[in-house]
This record gives sequence, structure tokens and C-alpha cells, in this order.
Amino acid sequence: NGRAIKLSKVLKRWEASQVGDVDPGMSVAPPHPHTNTDSFQEELVVRPLHSGDIYASFQFRTVWEADFSRGNKVSHYQLFPKSLGQVISKFSVRELHISFTQGYWRTMQWGQPFLPSPPGAELWVWFQDSVTDVDGTWKELTNVLSGIFCASLNFIDSTNTVQPSAAFKPLGVGNVTDHRFLRYATLPREIVCTENLTPWKKLLPCGSKAGLAVLLKSEKLFHSSFHSQAVHIRPICQDQRCKSTSLELRQTLNAVFDLHTSGQAKREWSLFKMFSRTLTEACPLASSSKIYIDITDNSQGEQFELSPASSLLSQAVVLGDRRTFSVYDLTDQATFGSTRSLNLLIRLKSTDGDMLRPLLHAERYVAGYGLQTGEIHTVMYNHHPYRSFPVLLLDSVPWYLRLYIHTLTVTSKGKENKPSYIHYQPSKDRLRPHLLEMLVQLPPNSATEVTVEFERALLKWTEYTPDPNHGFYVGSSVISSLVPSTVATNTSITQEQPLFSSFFPCKEELSYFVRVYTEPLLVNLPTPDFSMPYNVICLTCTVVAVGYGSLYNLLTRSFQIEEPSPGLAKRIANVIRRMRGVPPL
Amino acid sequence: HRNLNGAGQFFSSGHTNNWAVLVCTSRFWFNYRHVANTLSVYRSVKRLGIPDSHIVLMLADDMACNHRNPKPATVFSHKNMELNVYGDDVEVDYRGYEVTVENFLRVLTGRLPPSTPRSKRLLSDDRSNILIYLTGHGGNGFLKFQDSEEISNVELADAFEQMWQKRRYNELLFIIDTCQGASMYERFYSPNLMALASSQVGEDSLSHQPDLAIGVHLMDRYTFYLLEFLEDIHPASKTNMNDLFKVCPKSQCVSTPGHRTDLFLRDPGSVLITDFFGSVRKIEITMETINLTDPIKQMEEK
Repeated sequence: NGRAIKLSKVLKRWEASQVGDVDPGMSVAPPHPHTNTDSFQEELVVRPLHSGDIYASFQFRTVWEADFSRGNKVSHYQLFPKSLGQVISKFSVRELHISFTQGYWRTMQWGQPFLPSPPGAELWVWFQDSVTDVDGTWKELTNVLSGIFCASLNFIDSTNTVQPSAAFKPLGVGNVTDHRFLRYATLPREIVCTENLTPWKKLLPCGSKAGLAVLLKSEKLFHSSFHSQAVHIRPICQDQRCKSTSLELRQTLNAVFDLHTSGQAKREWSLFKMFSRTLTEACPLASSSKIYIDITDNSQGEQFELSPASSLLSQAVVLGDRRTFSVYDLTDQATFGSTRSLNLLIRLKSTDGDMLRPLLHAERYVAGYGLQTGEIHTVMYNHHPYRSFPVLLLDSVPWYLRLYIHTLTVTSKGKENKPSYIHYQPSKDRLRPHLLEMLVQLPPNSATEVTVEFERALLKWTEYTPDPNHGFYVGSSVISSLVPSTVATNTSITQEQPLFSSFFPCKEELSYFVRVYTEPLLVNLPTPDFSMPYNVICLTCTVVAVGYGSLYNLLTRSFQIEEPSPGLAKRIANVIRRMRGVPPL
Repeated sequence: HRNLNGAGQFFSSGHTNNWAVLVCTSRFWFNYRHVANTLSVYRSVKRLGIPDSHIVLMLADDMACNHRNPKPATVFSHKNMELNVYGDDVEVDYRGYEVTVENFLRVLTGRLPPSTPRSKRLLSDDRSNILIYLTGHGGNGFLKFQDSEEISNVELADAFEQMWQKRRYNELLFIIDTCQGASMYERFYSPNLMALASSQVGEDSLSHQPDLAIGVHLMDRYTFYLLEFLEDIHPASKTNMNDLFKVCPKSQCVSTPGHRTDLFLRDPGSVLITDFFGSVRKIEITMETINLTDPIKQMEEK
């Protein structure tokens, strides 16, 4: 009957809306035939370092088949976290890169990291070209991200945001390179603690309950020399022809554990020692879950001993170097053995052997004395024996260090080295910082020094932080470059090749992209004595009170003669007389 | 005459949701105990059921990942590192330089900039019971924020009046652990406020025990005994406010804790601890089956 038909239509509409949200005004869209198109991969790379420390790098990659470039609205979330998906669609974000780092990466001792990051928090975003008010959107985006990651990102405003013109090109696909849609900011003072790790873990499809993320326990992770967690979102091609794009979310976590502070005198590392956990299963939602141990320097087993041994080997060229890895596949139940848990053990043997010297590294420091002027020195080292290469240096200095750009000098090997491209945007007090971008050619085997003088400004007393004597931070410089790799060029000579293909160098490993961050600077500004207003008020009020009070008394005090108090007998007599109604004596 | 059993108890408190605003106002490593105080209350409140989305936690400095902390990512409340109140699942909404008098008052009165995320807002309504906990250094009539500014008891009383006029709370419990804490609730004049303080005017609140490995005092006395008291409370317990007033007598606290209930409409003996510290949902289970199709039939016939 009529009622039954109506009810069944309501039920059908309700069923259809479960697949994807349906606007009552829109017609019902047929459900997508491939609803399970999100994919998730997780991996852990462990690299023992030459000093006995160990470097662990987690990467979690979620790919979401959603295309935001044409303003499509998406409301069905499967593996991709809903909080980030809503942020991306609401603020028309094309690419988002945010990192939280505690500690400074020591390039000369540890080599190059897989994903570099500066100390503190760093956020850079490419917006879609449909955004009309980029600054307003940027402000709202930083506020929303501060709520998601429990960090004080709301302190990012126009005084520490810059628009780099060349240093930060998009890492995903797309042809928009108008740098008006790019914003970059760092907060070098930002601390990283469990309250930042907790929401980061909640973005993973399996949370911290299964897979590699069970290893992420804050008590061990923050007891390390270096800890960095990051979120990278960028569009990637769906297939070879790249007709449409999908969104890739990479969550990375890098940590370097120190051998001596981890306790125990034994020179060995294991998953349990690093993370106080062992692995029991892969994340069920992951299409691939692997652990890679870097065994390149251990070809004869002279550096360390790895157990349980794995028969799977993999070779990859990473950072210009051909590395060999021992692979453990967690989706294969056999990896866990009879104990159903995997605890990799690396027993360190000898400490001989040289690390591959990183070709590019940089330092920065403040020179000078006193609280008025100073100099910023940035030193960039090129350790390649015979090749020179250009680097792009990005410096963002807060407005209260007034740079004198006419004193900018770039010297290599004692001679002046003129940069081929300089982009400088001067600061405006309390509005925007200095931005300096330079393209400098580094000669082979040399150190290039960039110096610039500055003067310290006196801030208004309300602009000081509650602990001004700690100092003020200047964000790290960013040095980006395509570095030629030494290893790859060697192999091209030894391999047998036909002559027609080997005239021009065309190896894909010829150069690799490297980004190096320098230390942040800590600069003392002239600080007033904050107790002085209180002292001044006390002193002034005291003087006014004493002066006015004395004057008032002199003018208005009148003197009256007072009778001395009568003796006891007279007082009793007065009492009796008062009782009788007679006037007293 | 109050019926405290069955349906009467269901309607006696009058609140439908719980919020908590927990603030630590001190900066620097030697004020470790204030952060531990706030985190102890946070831990109890979370354990008794209030979710993170209903807690606004403000910590003025970071102790857990401070470089001076010999055990990173931990904040201990008992010496010999017995109890880690920081835990593994903590969400700090305001941290570091964000903890200012202005932000605190804006959170209470709801006057925040439009782009403030939800986790940083106090989205209470007129059926919310709110717990407000403050700790730090203070004096007669003021509480210091980060060693650079102060909030006075008059400002606090006016903020609560604004909250009352905007119908932002049903009942409010105010706990303060600072020197001369009773001065902070002297000026309250809005209804439905109950206040507790760790010391009277003219007295100092003292800290509890130092830990030799960490090198600082871990907790303040009043909050230490308050934590011990709260550890015995579970979501179904019937302990009332009169027991809370007895926490930390002079023999344990050295200072005299004070309380104020004259503005509170209900009798404190009938107010449960879980009315403020927990988020207890009262569920009534019924075995009846309810036939939903009949009213539709009636509509069709019209």
C-alpha cells in the first residue's frame, strides 16, 4: 500500500546516503564502483651511525583519491583523516608541509637525513590559485592547525611569515609557481612534547594500536638526541598519463638515539631498547609494511651483526649514494617467527670506517659584542673534491634585528664571490621580517662565508616576552641545492656501455636535491629593568604623600588646649555630680 | 526535603554536561610543582569521564620536555617517580606564552577571535557544570601569570558575573591553590558559585616533597592531598562536597584551607563530587517496547 512504498523510498534514500553524503537538493549520485581506493603504506628505515648512535625514520603514506582542484566537495573519508581533509578543502590548500623538531641535526656526525627539518616548528603552504585573500586564509589556517596539533602556531603572523621566491618550489604536481600563493614561517622557540605526538598519531589509519606506530612511545622518543615529526600533503599523479591527481599524505618521524644516554653498557641496539616495544603485527589496513636496515657498510659483517637475519635485500639510490638494505616484510607472518614478535637486534662491533662525508653543510653564528650591533655569519661548506655547484640561501630575519644590507659580503677562499641572483625584501617595523634569498656558486672544496651587520632595536615594553633575558630567536637559514653525487659518477666509468649512449652524462643519479638547515640564532636584545615602573610609582607616591600631607597639616591643623585629666577623687566626684544633675568640677 | 533516590536524584543537579578549565600560571623550571598540580587534576578529571574536548588545559611552561628534566616526557607527582601524571594521551590547549590573563578571561567569557579552534574554546551553556582550577604564585587579592602580569580577585568576580549573565554555566566550582588563596574568592557575587582555596588570607601555601633526582619540589600540599582524595573517587561514588572541604586539614597542609558556599543554591552535602569532577551520564534502562508506527498512522488518517 501507499505507506509501505513511501517508507521503502525513505529507506532507499537513507541507504544511498550512507555511501556518500547527499545534499537534499541534489540528485542522488550512484555509488563509486571502487570505494576502496585509499591506500596506506608504512615503513621504518634504521641506519646505524658511525658514532654508535642509531637513526630511525618512520614514514606513513596515505593516498586519497580525491581531487580538490576543481572545487569538488568531498565528505566520505576512509583512511585519510577527516580533520586534515576538511582543513584542505576549506582553505583551498594545494600543498602543506609542517614539521615539529626538537634538537639540531648534526650533519657532519650523522650524515644527511632523509627529510630535513629545522629546530622548532616550520610550516609552508602552497594555496590553490582560486584563493583571493591569501593572508587572511593563512591566518585562519595557522589557527586551525594550532588546534589540531596542540601547538602555539597561532603566533605565526605577518611578522614572521615570508613569501620565498625561489627556495620552496612545490613538491607535488601542478603548474602553479606564482609565489604569491606560497607562505613560509618558522617558530624556532616551539617545543615538541607528547601533546604534539598524540594528535599526530591519531591521524594514522591504525592509530597507535597496530603496525609500526605501536613503537611510538613518547617516553623513549623524547629521550633522544634528535626528534622530528612532520606532515606532508601534496598532490600526486594517479597514473602514468596524469589526467587526474590524488592527494598524498606523508607522516614522517625521524629520531636519533644516543648510545650512552640510553643506558646499559652493551654496544647493541634493538627495537626494544629504542622503543621499549616489539612488533607483533602489521597494520591490517596497510598494503605494505616493511622495515629496512641499512647494511651498506656491513658487507662483510665487520661493523655490526644483525639478527634475525633476513633473506630479502633491496638496493636503492638515496641521497646520491647506492645503499643496500635488509628488508623485513611485516605482512608476511613468517617474519615474526615462532615467538609471534619481532625484535631486531643490532650488535655493534668495530668503530672503524669512515662515514661518507656529506658534500654540503652549513653553520651560522652571531659575532660582535655589546647590545647594540652585531654580525650574522653563515658559513657554507662544499666538500666535493672537484665540482662546484650553486646553492640557494634563504634567510628570514625578524624586524628587530635591523640588517644593513650594504655590509653584505660573500667570500670564498678569501676572494669575493658575487651571487648571481639576489632577492631582498626589507623589513617593516612590527609588520614584516627581512627576506634575503641569494644564489651563490660554491667553489669545490671550500668554505663560503656570508656576513651581514645588524643593529638591535629597542622594543616597546609590552612587546617583551615574560622571560626576555632568555633572548630572542632568529629562525634557521635554509640552503637548498642540487648536489652532484660522487658515487654515481664513479660507477658510470666502470660500467660497460655502448659509445652512442655514453657521450653526454645522462644518469638519473647524477645529482640529488638537498636542503640543509643551519642552527637558529639566540640573540639578546637590550632589555629594560621591568621592576622600574613599580619603583617609580612607589617613590613618586611616597614623595607626593609626604609633601602634600605636610602642607595640608600646616594649613589646616588648629591647636586646642586640653585640660590635663583630673585625679581619681575628682573623677568620682564628677560622676556623683552628673548623677545628681549638677555641672561637673 | 530532597528525594535523593531514583528519579529525584536524576533531576536534583540540573546539569547536562561538564566542562573543566585547568590553568597553571607559572613559568620556569623551579615551578615544576604548579604544572604537576594542574596535570594531577587533569588526570583525575579525565579518569572520571570528562573528555578532552570538554577540558581547556593551560600550561604556562613545558616541564615534561624541558631540557632540565632527567626523565623526558614525564611529570611526576610522587617522589621516587611513582606516578606519572603527564601520561601518553594529553592535549594541552594553551601552552607557553599563550597563557595570559587576557586569554584566560576570553576563554571564560567566550569572547575569542572567530578563527579560534574548538579545542581552545569553552563552549558551555546554561546546563553546564564547570570546574575551574588555578594554581601558581599569588598574594592578597591577586594571582600572578608568568611572572609578568596579574589577575585580581575583582576581575575574576566580574568575569564570573559575565558568565552568569550570558548563561554560560549552571553551577561553577572554583578551586585555587596559591598563597593567600582565600582572597581570590572574597569578591564573588554571582549565584551558584562554590569556591575552595588552599590557604587563608595571610597564610602561605606550602609545597610538599622534593625529589632528589629531579631536583625540585614535585607538588603543592593541598593538591597532593586533593589528588589522594580524588584517586579514591570512581564514577559511581556518592561522596559529596562536605568530604572535599575536609581535604588537607591544618595538620597536613600547615595552612588552613578555606571554602565558600554562601552563593551556592544547593546544600553542599547534596552535591556529589562527580557533579563537577566527572562527566556522569545518567542512563535509564527500560524493558518496555515502544511502538513507533502508531502516531504515523494517526497522521495519515487526518
